[in-house]
Amino acid sequence: MNQYSRWQNISILLIVLLSVIYAIPNFFGEAPAVQIMSLKSGEKIDPIVISQAENILNENNISTNGTILTDGYVKFKLENNEDQLTAKGLLEEKLGPNFIIALNLLPNSPNWLEAIGGQPMYLGLDLRGGVHFLMQVDLSNIEAKESTGKINEIRSTLRENKIRYDQIDVESGSIFVQFADEKDLKKAKALLTQTDSSFEFSKRINLGSTGNAPKIKELEKDNKFILTVASSAANKEEMTKFAIKQNLETLNNRINELGVAEPVIQQQGDNRIVVQLPGVQDTAKAKEIIGRTALLEMRLVDDEASPSIIDEAIAGNIPLGRELYYDRNDNPLLLKKEVILTGENINNAGPGVDNQTGQSIVSLTLDGKGANVFKKVTRENIGKRIAILLIEKELTEIITAPVIKSEIGGGRVQITGMKNAQEATDVSLLLRAGSLAAPMEIIEERTVGPSMGKENIQRGIQSTLWGFIAVILLISFYYMLFGIFSSIALTINLILLIAVLSTLQATLTLPGLAAMALTVGMAIDSNVLINERIRDEIRNGNTPQASIHLGYQKAWGTILDSNITTLIAGLALFMFGTGPIKGFAVVHVLGILTSMFSAILVSRALVNLYYGAKRKINKLNIGEIYKVNN
Amino acid sequence: MEFFRVKNDIPFMKYRKFSAAISIITFILAFFFLFQKGLNYGVDFTGGTIIEVSYQEKANLDEIREQLKSINLNEIQVQNFGTDKDVLIRLPINEQISIAELSETVNQELSVLGNNFEIKRVESVGSQVGEELFENGALAILFVCIGIILYLSLRFEWRFALSAVIANMHDVIIILGFFAFFQWEFNLTVLAAVLAVLGYSVNESVVVFDRVRENFRKMRRASVTEVMNNAITRTMSRTIMTHLSTQTVVISMLIFGGEILHNFSLALTIGILFGIYSSIMVGCPMALWLGTNHSNLAGSISEKKETESP
Repeated sequence: MNQYSRWQNISILLIVLLSVIYAIPNFFGEAPAVQIMSLKSGEKIDPIVISQAENILNENNISTNGTILTDGYVKFKLENNEDQLTAKGLLEEKLGPNFIIALNLLPNSPNWLEAIGGQPMYLGLDLRGGVHFLMQVDLSNIEAKESTGKINEIRSTLRENKIRYDQIDVESGSIFVQFADEKDLKKAKALLTQTDSSFEFSKRINLGSTGNAPKIKELEKDNKFILTVASSAANKEEMTKFAIKQNLETLNNRINELGVAEPVIQQQGDNRIVVQLPGVQDTAKAKEIIGRTALLEMRLVDDEASPSIIDEAIAGNIPLGRELYYDRNDNPLLLKKEVILTGENINNAGPGVDNQTGQSIVSLTLDGKGANVFKKVTRENIGKRIAILLIEKELTEIITAPVIKSEIGGGRVQITGMKNAQEATDVSLLLRAGSLAAPMEIIEERTVGPSMGKENIQRGIQSTLWGFIAVILLISFYYMLFGIFSSIALTINLILLIAVLSTLQATLTLPGLAAMALTVGMAIDSNVLINERIRDEIRNGNTPQASIHLGYQKAWGTILDSNITTLIAGLALFMFGTGPIKGFAVVHVLGILTSMFSAILVSRALVNLYYGAKRKINKLNIGEIYKVNN
Repeated sequence: MEFFRVKNDIPFMKYRKFSAAISIITFILAFFFLFQKGLNYGVDFTGGTIIEVSYQEKANLDEIREQLKSINLNEIQVQNFGTDKDVLIRLPINEQISIAELSETVNQELSVLGNNFEIKRVESVGSQVGEELFENGALAILFVCIGIILYLSLRFEWRFALSAVIANMHDVIIILGFFAFFQWEFNLTVLAAVLAVLGYSVNESVVVFDRVRENFRKMRRASVTEVMNNAITRTMSRTIMTHLSTQTVVISMLIFGGEILHNFSLALTIGILFGIYSSIMVGCPMALWLGTNHSNLAGSISEKKETESP
């Protein structure tokens, strides 16, 4: 009646053994390591570089403890903490600027454990220290930019087909074209719809939600013939997707330059990006690099504008199709709205010094498309000025606006007007890492200092450990031998939970550690239920063997019900939770599941082993049982 | 050893009017404080910034306050956190200074006073994120309630399900009432505790209801009141033992868990204490009041397959 079959015992033992093995890596601590990454994110490290790096370390008597290749980068495990910084310096010097060397910590578990996939739990930022940013991508500008580019196209199409229009401009992201009569409008509409399907052409603007377009409203009131042009929904979606993708890539490149060992850069929701940088302590630098929304634009200066027009523009009356900006000496300049080139067309950028003036410069290499456009524009606008703008959040600045002296081909451009060498370096870094397609703003920041992380780990472990010891004492005292069985089951539950968390590589946070402690307190509930049931059955006059059997049988339904309701709460936490709540939920839910195994099967196996084979039991060692009247 | 040497069933149901009065009064009080004082929401929900700074020696709060005035923000709170070396700075949401700049600005201002400090933790949440976290929290509570009602309706019947959820909400409201009364900070971690209590305290009701159902089968002649009294009395020992061990762990968290887990453990403590009370004195009377009897459980008994022993 109370005996598990041999295979049942063996499979329980096997699960317990496996969980012990996969829980072990958590107890080996961490070893210092250096990590080599390619400057361009996603590019794999060449095997030649690896052997090169190995040689460098060997020559300088830095003893390594293993080489690990993951996701295209190489990690060298070091034996001594002191070697870490030396190794970083040496590798940076010898391997050159095309590689980023980062410090890292790797699990110190023996190689055979790693070979079978044994890893320690993945610690969240609140336990290992680091920065977490949530960034909101501002997509409103994208549409406006797209519209500005579109104007040129419409203008030339209309001109080529000799359709006359009175004016064309953009307002609140919508382009509007004003015609003299209905006939022209219809002709233009038919023509434009034919040439471009990604835009929608309509006779009147939908002023509903996009609302704020006084100029268009004004014209409508006057019964003018207006054609409005707006991006189609599919096109908008496409642009948004592209912008987010570009921002993610740019962030990847920028963070790569920061030299963070294991960054997390992910899209969250439709227009958000999460960045997590474990171990980063210089948050100011990180924020500067990540948060810089620098966009580079090249536009033509309206050199025909007279001083009086400029004065009027300063007073707020800016001519259509123009925008007013100031250069570094606070001189106002009227720029054409059309953007010739943006940072996207830049392949490479580096700081330098102008041979003639000795000024700091940035030299750019444009991509094929950029080179062509630049060649064409410079050829057509000799004698005019071209402005180079650096746009950072609300601040737009004309860095320089040189006169075009001759056609510039080949895609090599120099930007003069840098304040100093440092600025030239910063601007090149930003341009090289790519610019953002859309500006971003940090809407959530969570920073945990390194000492705080260690403290949090200690707090979590102490809470769990002392709670665990107290519960074991309590249960063993109250239920005697059965309490000891329950305690062993509880220990195995904890090991199993650690093993599962390690294998799944679920993020462990401080609330997660709290959930682990709580699991200890709650998992014992199943054993309490069972033990109380067994006592009940003995009270009812059953034999010891029958009581064990009935106790487990009757408690099972209750345990299932109560655990499922707890699971429902746990799942809700997981689904709706973010950050700390999610961390709590993962451990909570897994803890409930592992407790079902350990509290029921493991404890039963122990009871069976001890009592199952005995023919005659006078009394179960389950503590004193008081008789009740029934 | 056995704590409860009860020979006869305790007539819990006899006191149900008395307990109902207590429940209603605490409920009203909790609601009163919730509305009158409101919850002291942390930055997770309101948006804003908290910065925890640890000094090497005793921190001079007045000096820090004075220095931070130059940031030109109203309502900067500076207070000790745990020890007199640790300082917590709270800054409200501000249109002028972005989240990213704010913590750096504070860092710079503090450096003016000397470099004997370390920034241990920064939590900055924009107002939009705060609102979303709040919404998600409310959704989670709703989801749990509906999920539990559905499951228990399936497993028992609707009267039990409803009673369990009411007993449950009773605990949650009282936790919130405590947090409102004492103005303890209510943040995401505390919300996690509240949701954990939701799952945990329904356990209680389930265990008691399970016994009630079993008793309906066994004690065919007994009245509903007798059945419930017996069920509660017979599960008393288990109730106390389970709560005792959970509370033991929570006390361990209160002692060792540090400031971050402090309010989390407080919420759990209140939840556990009231969980015992509510499963006995709210859940059962509620089921009784809703008209639970032998006959409406008979159906679910005959349908229910005998659960297998593992």
